Amino acid sequence: MLRQDSLSFRGNKPSQAMTLGEARPGFSGTILAVDAAGVEGSLPADELERRLLEMGLMEGATVEVRHQGLIKRDPIAVRINGQASFALRRREAAAIFVISNI
Amino acid sequence: MSHCADAPERAGEVTGVQVARIALIGNPNCGKTALFNALTGSRQHVANYPGVTVERKAGLFTTPEGRTVRVLDLPGTYSLRARSPDEVIARNVVLGRVASEALPEFLLCVADATDLRLSLRLALELRALGTPMALVLNMADIARHRGIVIDEQKLAAALGMPVVSSVAVRKAGMKGLLAFLDEKLSRPLPEPVAAADWQAPDRHGLRDLQREADRLIAVCVTLPAQTYSTTARIDKVLLHPVAGLVVLFAILFVMFQAVFTWAQAPMDLITDLFDWLGVLAAQYLPHGPVLSFIRDGVLNGVGSVVVFLPQILILFFFILVLEDFGYMARAAFLMDRIMGGAGLHGRAFIPLLSSFACAIPGIMATRVIDGRRDRLATILVAPLMTCSARIPVYTLIIGAFIPDKDVFWGVQLQGLVMFGLYALGIVAALGVSFIMKRLIWRKAQHDPFLLQLPDYKLPSPRSVGIGLYQRGKAFLHRAGTTIFSMMIVIWALCSLPLPPKDTVRPAIDYSAAAWIGHALAPVFAPIGFNWQINVALIPGMAAREVAVAALGTVYSISASADDPGHLGGVLAAHWSIATALALLAWYVFSPQCASTLATIRRETGGWRWAALVFVYMLVLAYGSAFITYQAACAFGLG
Repeated sequence: MLRQDSLSFRGNKPSQAMTLGEARPGFSGTILAVDAAGVEGSLPADELERRLLEMGLMEGATVEVRHQGLIKRDPIAVRINGQASFALRRREAAAIFVISNI
Repeated sequence: MSHCADAPERAGEVTGVQVARIALIGNPNCGKTALFNALTGSRQHVANYPGVTVERKAGLFTTPEGRTVRVLDLPGTYSLRARSPDEVIARNVVLGRVASEALPEFLLCVADATDLRLSLRLALELRALGTPMALVLNMADIARHRGIVIDEQKLAAALGMPVVSSVAVRKAGMKGLLAFLDEKLSRPLPEPVAAADWQAPDRHGLRDLQREADRLIAVCVTLPAQTYSTTARIDKVLLHPVAGLVVLFAILFVMFQAVFTWAQAPMDLITDLFDWLGVLAAQYLPHGPVLSFIRDGVLNGVGSVVVFLPQILILFFFILVLEDFGYMARAAFLMDRIMGGAGLHGRAFIPLLSSFACAIPGIMATRVIDGRRDRLATILVAPLMTCSARIPVYTLIIGAFIPDKDVFWGVQLQGLVMFGLYALGIVAALGVSFIMKRLIWRKAQHDPFLLQLPDYKLPSPRSVGIGLYQRGKAFLHRAGTTIFSMMIVIWALCSLPLPPKDTVRPAIDYSAAAWIGHALAPVFAPIGFNWQINVALIPGMAAREVAVAALGTVYSISASADDPGHLGGVLAAHWSIATALALLAWYVFSPQCASTLATIRRETGGWRWAALVFVYMLVLAYGSAFITYQAACAFGLG
């Protein structure tokens, strides 16, 4: 879906793959890949990947960054497919590769 | 048909009538509990699954055509992979792996009609088990209002299972589901067979399931053109990095104000009621040990605990309403980083907030935290939150020793001290968590924070009402059993052995309690506690608030019969200010709640963590009381 949305530009390089962990509020894009291999944490990459999938964060879904926290702009609140909202930290959001919808 | 029902439920069953067993399963926030409440009303029974502290909610209801159905409300889950103890139970019940729970004959997979993606994936997982089931599209009214059109027939055909819509919060909204159940149960259900070869889906399996769910949505659901929803509008303020925090703290402020101001009238009423019962007892019972037992032991003891029911109900009222509204997940979002500085997880916010009412539901609420380290850190500090059982101790001592005067601009000194004690508990909790993180979990990695932010909805008065009723019942049950029996023990300790006939000294001086209190004196002298306090601390192990009742008993038995006196006044006459302050400091930290320690043992699966909590709190309590007492003495307040 191609949609001109002035908000989506803010702080993001358009048409370039990035991770959700770097996205600013107003970002709107599509998930290209979910791969937790490079994310450090207590969970094995495979388990983190499954948890993200269980939240509906899957390839092809649209994702919109709605809010961010006060300290270090973390965590973020995202809307998936315009239907459901989730909160996650930027650290885990780095497992989600997205492309901006512009 | 065999069925295993609990004794309390059996009372509601008609013998000889076959009872169908159904289970509700669904994502968290899908309105499953509201549906369960709508089906069963007050005919529900909450207990624990054996060996674990997972709540087992079961109930009975009768269909319009008169069939009795036993329904089980399984813990909310996103998948059958089961990551938390709650989710393990949900999975094991539908797999027939819980020994005490017969396999359900029919599953109702409850879905949020406004967002089918995750519910449909779960339904597909469940379908593979082979148990007869139906998909319930709950909150159908909200979906319709938003312009979401679901082709139920098409979806039912594609899924290969019946699809029914419901509105759990309205009576009329349950008609379709009840008619469906009547039709379904008109023929006997086949004896269910447990799926023996079930395996958790891997990441590829999950993707396949989600893809299939998304395909079904594309075919069967018409979504409205993107609109700016009410939830998004509210979140603009409530999730704003600055305004959101301001609102959160304003809500907390109002909540604690309400706990103290709204509760005053009903608390006075309860006090009056117990006083009146005491007078009544004195009128009708002969003076002597029986009257002493009834009035000083039972009425004084139980009354001093029951009086906190209003405060507990008000605190839980706020928590339940905010939870039902959908705000609690937002609070976790706002607090995640702030609490993260002290090594706590955002999800720890709700359990810690509940701990202000009582640490036990707070510790049980930590089950929503998936990571074991985060969960343990929360459990370790939850008992430091000022629970309502401390309020009576604080109120008593502050009322007796802190002058009732304005500090500045109408701020009361007494209120300020109370606030200080709350703040001390919170600061200590953050500090302890911070230190534990560095001592115990130095090398531990971060657990993830993944949390659904449900769309806002109007809280259902019925759900809040049922939740309050269950909380209140649990509290009164505790007052009627644990605390009641402890009061009998105290009374006996304080009254026996009987004093010699012609003594001038108070009876309690001859009792076992006095002996114990004097024996402990060398230990507690450095923190300024006299033997009466030492006696009160022993029953205070059962529950903190019992200490007030025990002090009441100790001093009312030691006072002469004609002059019962007001407890606060009596204490002010007997204690120095240094002792009073030391006791306050002691109570901020003291691990005096056997039920909390038992809950920690159960939740963590061993005595190790309970012992750690006991020891660290005892050290903090003694240390802070010692410093307070010695400092106060140095300032001439001894």
